[in-house]
Amino acid sequence: MSLELKLKLAHGNFELDIDQVFASQGVTAIYGPSGSGKTSVLRAIAGLDKSASGLIKFNNRIWQNGSEFIATHQRALAYVFQEPSLFEHMSVRANVEYGFNRVPPKQRIISSDEAIQALGICGLLDRDTQTLSGGEKQRVAIARALCSSPDLLLMDEPLSALDKRSKTEILPMLVALRDKLSMPIIYVSHSLNEVARLADHLVLMEQGRVIASGDIQSMLTQLDLSLAKDVDAESLVDAIVVAHDEQFELTYLDSSVGRFSVLRRPLAVGEKVRLLIAARDVSITRQQQQDTSILNIFPAIIEQIESVGTAQVTVRLKANNLPILARLTRKSAALMNLAVGDSVYLQAKSVAIL
Amino acid sequence: MFSESDITALLLTLKLAGISTLVLILFGTPLAWWLAKSAWRFKFLLEALLALPLVLPPTVLGFYLLVAFSPQSSIGHAFESIVGQPLAFSFTGLVVGSVIYSLPFVIQPLQNAFIAVGRRPLEVAATLRASPSDRFFSVVVPLAKPGFLSAAVLGFAHTLGEFGVVLMIGGNIPGETQVASIAIYEHVESMQLASAHWLSAALLLISFCLLVLVYAANPKARVLRL
Amino acid sequence: MRQTITYLIAYLLAQFSYSDVFAAQVRVAVASNFASTAEVLVAKYAQLSGDQIVLLVGSTGKHTAQIQYGLPVDVFLSADSEMPNLLEDKGLVVDGSRQTYALGRLALWSKDPQRVDPNGEVLTASAFKRLAIANPKTAPYGRAARQVLSNLAIQPKLIYGESVAQAFQFAHSGGAEIALLALSQVINFQQGSYWLVPSELHSPIEQQLVLLNDVPAAHDFIKFLLSEQALSIIELHGYTRPAATGYTRPDQLEND
Repeated sequence: MSLELKLKLAHGNFELDIDQVFASQGVTAIYGPSGSGKTSVLRAIAGLDKSASGLIKFNNRIWQNGSEFIATHQRALAYVFQEPSLFEHMSVRANVEYGFNRVPPKQRIISSDEAIQALGICGLLDRDTQTLSGGEKQRVAIARALCSSPDLLLMDEPLSALDKRSKTEILPMLVALRDKLSMPIIYVSHSLNEVARLADHLVLMEQGRVIASGDIQSMLTQLDLSLAKDVDAESLVDAIVVAHDEQFELTYLDSSVGRFSVLRRPLAVGEKVRLLIAARDVSITRQQQQDTSILNIFPAIIEQIESVGTAQVTVRLKANNLPILARLTRKSAALMNLAVGDSVYLQAKSVAIL
Repeated sequence: MFSESDITALLLTLKLAGISTLVLILFGTPLAWWLAKSAWRFKFLLEALLALPLVLPPTVLGFYLLVAFSPQSSIGHAFESIVGQPLAFSFTGLVVGSVIYSLPFVIQPLQNAFIAVGRRPLEVAATLRASPSDRFFSVVVPLAKPGFLSAAVLGFAHTLGEFGVVLMIGGNIPGETQVASIAIYEHVESMQLASAHWLSAALLLISFCLLVLVYAANPKARVLRL
Repeated sequence: MRQTITYLIAYLLAQFSYSDVFAAQVRVAVASNFASTAEVLVAKYAQLSGDQIVLLVGSTGKHTAQIQYGLPVDVFLSADSEMPNLLEDKGLVVDGSRQTYALGRLALWSKDPQRVDPNGEVLTASAFKRLAIANPKTAPYGRAARQVLSNLAIQPKLIYGESVAQAFQFAHSGGAEIALLALSQVINFQQGSYWLVPSELHSPIEQQLVLLNDVPAAHDFIKFLLSEQALSIIELHGYTRPAATGYTRPDQLEND
């Protein structure tokens, strides 16, 4: 189920030139600043922008090339727009079932009930679309997209127009969906936080071109990319829940980096999770500290040091071959005489579980 | 009070208005839809042409139709050879005349309503596997309902009051082209003032009642939500 | 939705199905000023013949134009003699069918019962602001009115109605104090006062008819129009009978 793109398009001053193969599974995030062309790519994939020229091939089916153009409604995709674009003349239920009714019964993989449950919109079904909040509307829009049992799901910054509360409400739903859905998802965003939580792969765009692409872990920690230079730079670690500490109300998780301790969460033992560690929450010591309040301390080797801004540096550490970023002041790095190749200990003050 | 011919005239008026409106909605809808979507460079010429009946004196339009429908002209002749009946001075001729006369009153509200629907609902529908005609009927038409209402009411009302065109091309044939407006005029011209009063009042009352019915049945369509 | 549209189209097409006309029907285009008289005549004719007479009422000028563009009428009753002449010149009428069916008379009328004396001295004697007449360019009665005024050598302030009916409207509504109208308009009108204008004051208003469609039913109706019965009816309605009466079928003329 792979997507091949070789596209060029121009809108006024803006030019897009992309030659990329997208992963056939999981979530691929297209990340970049506003105006980098992320939405243009998505619209072109969907066939909504007829001025795009080139090749689009999905699952070995030509969606577009020099001579052919398969219309949007004949591509087995679904699209969630940035603004919740519900049909105002229909109830919520009718909106959700719109795509479902247009999929031949044999091709229906997702039932409308499943989608409704996953997005928690049972109570909204008979409501008038105009009475819903932004967050509610977007949940309906996502359910609606899912119900058309697409082979490819496109999401164009679905959370960026929402308030913070709605974002925190919906993001976990998307994460849960990601694990359940078999189709590839392309997720456009300019929020590093969303991308880190959701993506398996990342395509980084700037000014109409792809700067870099790869798996999320490497992309997040690659120092020459904007991601690692971001103030919210994060590292990703895959872990498994191994035990819960009844006495201290903690949860222990094992990863290649080591054993993490976090505040107790209602997770089943054996459950696989993603850990997110913000670079600013990671500090470095040369000696393993004994009397420290931080629990999550692991040995690591310094792989790379890059300055960021005037007063800070980002250090790329390898803990058992897994990249972890740490952000320090330039002064600390100088005082400690940190150098590539040094064996040190990293301390993660705060770890977020997805 | 009302002679039989007056009642016939009223019924004929309603029939003419009804059929013309029907024809206009059926054929005007695809035309208005095309106008709303098209980016043709010369679209403005077509739009100006379609809007001509708004500015033309009805007698001008009526005169040109009189010439065009006559058996001597190619149009009139072609019609007669195909259908077997003349186009001039017939009810069919009136329908054609009314359709042209009321065309902009139907096309413009429809076109504006279609444009107001916007691009996004159509894009959404396309991503949900709706074909172009499916998109039109399931998304555009319901969202453009106020436009359809406007178009139908305006087209109907405009034809109810049609006079100048019918005077030219109708021939005032009772039961066929003698619509109420012409009958009223005839009553006045023939000094039958009482009949003129009754028929005018009847036409006014019928028109008003129809409009009241239409507007009462569609309150939501014309309220601005805040 | 698609079903509804199909039904609607089918209904539309059904509206335009044509049925044949079975009864003998004579269509007569009649000048507006003669319309009420014509209605009485048609009612009378219904007692004598089973043929159906359909009256198309309108202005003579418009009828003339429409006939040239195919107006489906069998007989044309004009308000003057010019228009029938024109049609005859164009070869649209049955040869020899043009003849006078009535002579029109003028009346000076006011809504005010006291205003107009039976001798018409109000025209010359008193002052009045406005006199309404029909447009001389398009209406034979308007032309005659202007002749009357010039023969009387008076030039009052005139307002022109599009037709004698409109001239009547002006006088009736008060826009003009008096009006020169067709006698047929006011002879049976309950209100007001009028002076019958002597016919010497204007050239004769000859209202002529022509036959456009050579069918027996049309001939029969014209014969009736020119018969004694019909002529006495038109006299009651404010017209003078034509000089030559009786009807000779045009084809019979050729046999002479």
